[in-house]
Amino acid sequence: MPEMTTGQAIKEALSLCLDSNDTTFIAGEDIGVYGGAFGVTDGLLEKYGHERIKDTPISEDVIAGLAVGAAITGSKPIVEMQFSDFIVNAMDPIVNQAAKLHFMYGGAVNVPMIVRGASGAGTGAAAQHSQSLESWFCHVPGLKVVTPSNPQNAFDLLLASFVDPNPVIFMEHKLIYKLKSEVNLGPMPSDSSELGKSKVIQEGNDITVVSYSNMVNSVISAAKEDSLTDYSIEIIDLLTLAPMDSESVINSVEKTKRLLVCQEAPASSSVGSTLISEVVTSRAFKALNQSPELLAGLHSPMPSAKHLETTVIPQEEDIVQKIKEMIENEQ
Amino acid sequence: MSKENKLELYRMMLLIRLFEEALEEMFSRGLLHGTMHLSIGQEATATGACLALEKKDLITSTHRGHGHCLAKGADPYKMFAELLGREDGYCRGRGGSMHIADLSNGNLGANGIVAGSLTISVGAALSLKMQKIENIVLCFFGDGAVNEGSFHEALNLASLWDLPVLFVCENNQYGMSMASENAVAGGSITQRAESYGIKSVSIDGNDVEEVYETVSKCKEKIKSSGKPMFIESVTYRYRGHSKSDRNLYRTSDEINFWKEEKDPLKRFIGKLTEEKVEIDELKKVEVEVKNLIRESVKKALESPESPKTNLEEDSYA
Ligand SMILES: Cc1ncc(C[n+]2csc(CCOP(=O)(O)OP(=O)(O)O)c2C)c(N)n1
Ligand SMILES: [Mg+2]
Repeated sequence: MPEMTTGQAIKEALSLCLDSNDTTFIAGEDIGVYGGAFGVTDGLLEKYGHERIKDTPISEDVIAGLAVGAAITGSKPIVEMQFSDFIVNAMDPIVNQAAKLHFMYGGAVNVPMIVRGASGAGTGAAAQHSQSLESWFCHVPGLKVVTPSNPQNAFDLLLASFVDPNPVIFMEHKLIYKLKSEVNLGPMPSDSSELGKSKVIQEGNDITVVSYSNMVNSVISAAKEDSLTDYSIEIIDLLTLAPMDSESVINSVEKTKRLLVCQEAPASSSVGSTLISEVVTSRAFKALNQSPELLAGLHSPMPSAKHLETTVIPQEEDIVQKIKEMIENEQ
Repeated sequence: MSKENKLELYRMMLLIRLFEEALEEMFSRGLLHGTMHLSIGQEATATGACLALEKKDLITSTHRGHGHCLAKGADPYKMFAELLGREDGYCRGRGGSMHIADLSNGNLGANGIVAGSLTISVGAALSLKMQKIENIVLCFFGDGAVNEGSFHEALNLASLWDLPVLFVCENNQYGMSMASENAVAGGSITQRAESYGIKSVSIDGNDVEEVYETVSKCKEKIKSSGKPMFIESVTYRYRGHSKSDRNLYRTSDEINFWKEEKDPLKRFIGKLTEEKVEIDELKKVEVEVKNLIRESVKKALESPESPKTNLEEDSYA
């Protein structure tokens, strides 16, 4: 299996999408000769030409609208928001149009499109270029929301999103782009059944730690810390946030009796808060030996200074500390 | 224009150039977190435009805003401190390069969102008008911004409601990698303004006197007519869009042409010497600006980090 970064794995998936469907085009800002702000589309212009790799003016509203119009007329577009923060400028086509057309028209159309964007903090890009807005889209019926965490799942999930007949918001955390691993570059799947499935990264009995996007990587490293070696930690990567695989988390919590959710986004009305509410209103409630915890980003815009940025985002040490607290609490 | 005035224009352009060169140096030494957008090559527009304003006139700025900020009167020390995440920075280390605001000098802030400040400038102008304050709002934005919907909504409303905004499009001919000529349908940015009934003019944005004079005239006209106006200031950026740009979308010949033939500082120095300004006088300005930069950097590096407390409280007034 070839070794590659997440950015390269996404590019491989994009190539496969372009190869498998003649109607597919990619549109976005600086995706052509520049290769994308994060280099993800580097080389695609040379391979597929301007007809299919479309550099747009700085116009997010029409970038997203373009995808909707193309999707309801037989194409399978993939569009890019250079930073997912700019999706704010494209909310109408995504929220009022893409998400609703299938339902509003009584099923007469499908809207098979992907909006990809770079999300998250950690690069010093400050408040308008560092957000984790994924939960906004989870709130909207009709959208699917996917957050890969490494090269392999980015590849697999982008393909699954592509074969899904619904609009998919695909949020790529900036810090995963350079993560490197071997990737099995499988063929285009026949259906999108991979969407909506979480993955158990590591099995354990003492606590269930759930996360998604780049925070999963922090959880994995935290669990390897010396001070936690005595504990048996189950780690779950949600992967798809809408629809969310709460059932798997509920099953896990019934076994471990403890739940910690870690996310970069602030807690209020978030993925973690929704997941916790689903768990405590489920059969797993009785199994819990303490209240679940949500380790989330501070309720603050992202500051630019490095030492402040790391204060806002939960760090590995915070995760270690929280896991210890929760397990030792009960022993 | 008096010699003092001209020397002030020179001083400000040099201050902006050296400020950003100092940032580049700090960046390469790993002192700065994040990225930044340098306006090296574009100093004449920021300088000519802001020095033509009064202190109480307002500006809105962009991601490429260090020049606007300095020219509107900001203290380079507080700007360096901001970029270094220090408590004395204009935004206490919360904003950084892309979000410096200096309300005390009428700078309503840089903006990380392309075209993000256009609609805000219209609101600021409405507010001035309703409060019967006789100042104007100068709204800076790039050529890339004219393709955002908010550009069109802002111009339309400013014109409909007769608001005192001077729209200044810094056309450095690229929005990141996208050449303006490939992005602007119809080819003309000023025509877009005209189509909203806004008087507009295209100028050499690397000629600091032309910028100064045009903005001065527009300012007076806006005050007397109450209507918005529009300037397209044609210029060029030498550096990459941000720190990660490989410059694949333009040739080094093109960059060199602008550096050699059109550089705003070189041209202005040439003009001043033709007008018999003594080399010594220019040297004096240069020494003074270099000292200011050196001392500001040093002081900023020695200043305390912004404390980590109260970030959540800081989100609300
Ligand atoms: C709404 C939005 N879309 C995209 C970006 C990413 N971006 C930042 S600056 C820039 C280019 C802007 O070009 P222009 O307005 O001409 O200003 P310049 O950089 O040339 O000064 C882009 C695409 C952004 N910050 N905001
Ligand atoms: Mg530009």
